[in-house]
Amino acid sequence: MKDLFSRTLQTTIIFLVIGGILALSFGGFFSSVTNRFTGGLVSLQEWFATRYQAIQEFLAAPRDIVSLRTRNTELQKQVSDLQAQVINLQQRVNETEILAALVDFSRTNPESSYKAASVIGRDPSPFLHYIIINRGSNDGIRRGMPVVTSEGLVGRVDAVIADAARVQLITDPASSVNTHLKNANTDAMLIGSITGDISLDLISQDATIQPGDLILTSGLGGGFPPDLIIGQVVNVHKRAAELFQQSTVQPAVDFSRLQIVLVIINFRAVDIAPLVPTTTP
Amino acid sequence: MRNIIALPLLGLAVILQSAIVSQFSLLAGYADLVLVILAAWALQDGVTTAFHWAFLASIMVGFSSHLPWFIYMAGYFSVVLFALLLQRRVWQAPLLAMFSVTFLGTLVMHLLSYTYLRIVGDPLPFRDTMGLITLPSLLLNLLISIPLYGFMRDIARWVLPSMEKA
Repeated sequence: MKDLFSRTLQTTIIFLVIGGILALSFGGFFSSVTNRFTGGLVSLQEWFATRYQAIQEFLAAPRDIVSLRTRNTELQKQVSDLQAQVINLQQRVNETEILAALVDFSRTNPESSYKAASVIGRDPSPFLHYIIINRGSNDGIRRGMPVVTSEGLVGRVDAVIADAARVQLITDPASSVNTHLKNANTDAMLIGSITGDISLDLISQDATIQPGDLILTSGLGGGFPPDLIIGQVVNVHKRAAELFQQSTVQPAVDFSRLQIVLVIINFRAVDIAPLVPTTTP
Repeated sequence: MRNIIALPLLGLAVILQSAIVSQFSLLAGYADLVLVILAAWALQDGVTTAFHWAFLASIMVGFSSHLPWFIYMAGYFSVVLFALLLQRRVWQAPLLAMFSVTFLGTLVMHLLSYTYLRIVGDPLPFRDTMGLITLPSLLLNLLISIPLYGFMRDIARWVLPSMEKA
């Protein structure tokens, strides 16, 4: 009986001590000790957990790498396909925009018949400003026909073969176009240069030219139909000692980005050379 | 027989010149791919068909250009002539010979073009032509001459297998 009592007492005391310790620790009285203890436990658990995860990854990795590589290849192919599609669509959008502008232009100028052509090259010589288009005599293109875009005059057909033609741009140094300045109501001569800049010459000294004046073809000489837009006057050079005024011109067409052009196929250039008087001895 | 490669190679060069090279301009000048190819070909050891290539090239380029074919023929023949003359003198420095031939060939080609256009009445100021067309073209030709020399050396080894054995 005495033994039983002493054991019960011991157990009670032990529980009380443990309960007391727990109560004290929960109350924060053993914080430094518990922190060390729990810190150790956490470190130990972390060590086990990381090793376990590493082993798990090591065992599972070969299957994942193969599947990931396959998936990566598929996605890369998909991306390259989509990039090709995007480029293709962008190209089509550009072409559609150009064609839409050209259709608008042909609708607003119904008196002319047009044949659309793509620019496929330029003259191999840097001295000359010519382009090569993919329409030729098989499509009704003839020498001397004017070439335009929706922005304005480009040039005229210089040579034709069955499926291609060479076009002399108005920027060519040998090009000259009879023009009409609408605001000043005067005629002038548009000439090209080796740099691709165009300028007006033979403007009467009496004419009043302003920057921004619109320049159109005059139709004189029979080389081009009248009233095709060429560009605008940028600045005027007027000197009292000279016979004529000159002017630099901002062309309406961007000649460096020509892609699609229209050939006016119902216009036949008139060769006035036989009508030009020649001096006889 | 392998010399027949001149036909597709020069044809491709003319197409590239017209469609692509002429788009990459420096000021108003651009490189002359055909001229540099001819110079590189004529400088290869054992090549005896350089004049034939020049003839073919001048016909092809003359067909697509407003300049007449005989101007190109005179220019390209002079390139081959320069190459043959320099090949025997500076053979130990092929790149130096390549630069020299490209330089002289470009100048002669431009001089011929300029003279012809002046004769037919094109108003080309000499100073502007030199500054805006010839000098930039010269620089671009010299730039492309290095890779094209290597390319034509490989072509020559294929066309003339005896050269490789030697």
